Amino acid sequence: MTTMDLSICATPLPHTDPEASLAFYRDVLGFEVRRDVGSGKMRWITVGPPGQPGTSILLAPPAADPGITDDERRTIAEMMAKGTFGWIMLATNDLGGTFERVQASGAEVVQEPIEQYWGDRDCAFRDPAGNLVRIQELR
Amino acid sequence: MVGDLVDIAAKPQSPAAAQHLEKLAWLRRVRDRIDRDYAQPLDVEALARGAHMSAGHLSRQFKLAYGESPYSYLMTRRIERAMALLRRGDQSVTEVCLAVGCSSLGTFSSRFTELVGMSPGAYRRRARRVAAGVPSCIAKQVSRPVRNREAPASPPLLP
Repeated sequence: MTTMDLSICATPLPHTDPEASLAFYRDVLGFEVRRDVGSGKMRWITVGPPGQPGTSILLAPPAADPGITDDERRTIAEMMAKGTFGWIMLATNDLGGTFERVQASGAEVVQEPIEQYWGDRDCAFRDPAGNLVRIQELR
Repeated sequence: MVGDLVDIAAKPQSPAAAQHLEKLAWLRRVRDRIDRDYAQPLDVEALARGAHMSAGHLSRQFKLAYGESPYSYLMTRRIERAMALLRRGDQSVTEVCLAVGCSSLGTFSSRFTELVGMSPGAYRRRARRVAAGVPSCIAKQVSRPVRNREAPASPPLLP
């Protein structure tokens, strides 16, 4: 088999308030805004870390697929509110400094930096839509 | 297609639905606080004060949303962390009990035994044997996290 030429381009995370999510990823995490499509609550915003143009997070409205039923849409909204729907793992060389800066922004802290039993050291926050943002230390 | 999307976005949310989601977000903050502050002397009354609810109301609503009471979630979180500390092996069972926020060794030990299938002391001794060179399949069994899992009625076979 020949080697495939694939990279991970973008992964979606749902938002409920696009401006609040944009403020978190751009102003708190320092991501650059690469595209911003749509209006109102129906906005697809592509963000990512400076210096890594090939990898992005797509902040997207949840349940925009018209094939999703009202019941399913309600369930997704409930799961987002209770914090069991979207999550992502980021990594940094400076976990302590990153934690302090994100915490100082007023973001909801889920976990201060600790050693995990599987060998990582990480911390965790909520983004404004209730997604869990884990940040682990590169080492 | 774009017309459909705009319709969905424009669909007004009833005040009751908005209130329901707001309540769920409060419960999320309670659960996150347990994850964050499990080592503090937290109890359900303190959690309820933070969420502007009565303790009874919080317990019922939390269980409806997450399938277990806030007290159960807190104790499971503490015991997960206790397992990690006991595996390190440099602290006594009493020290670990206090380090994860439990003030009662009796409550800690009995809940630990319910969830893990052996006492904290037995777990610590076994984890040290594993560290001393027991095969990795058994090490994996010993170090498996406890969340959403009660111990089987009969304890797993000891090495």
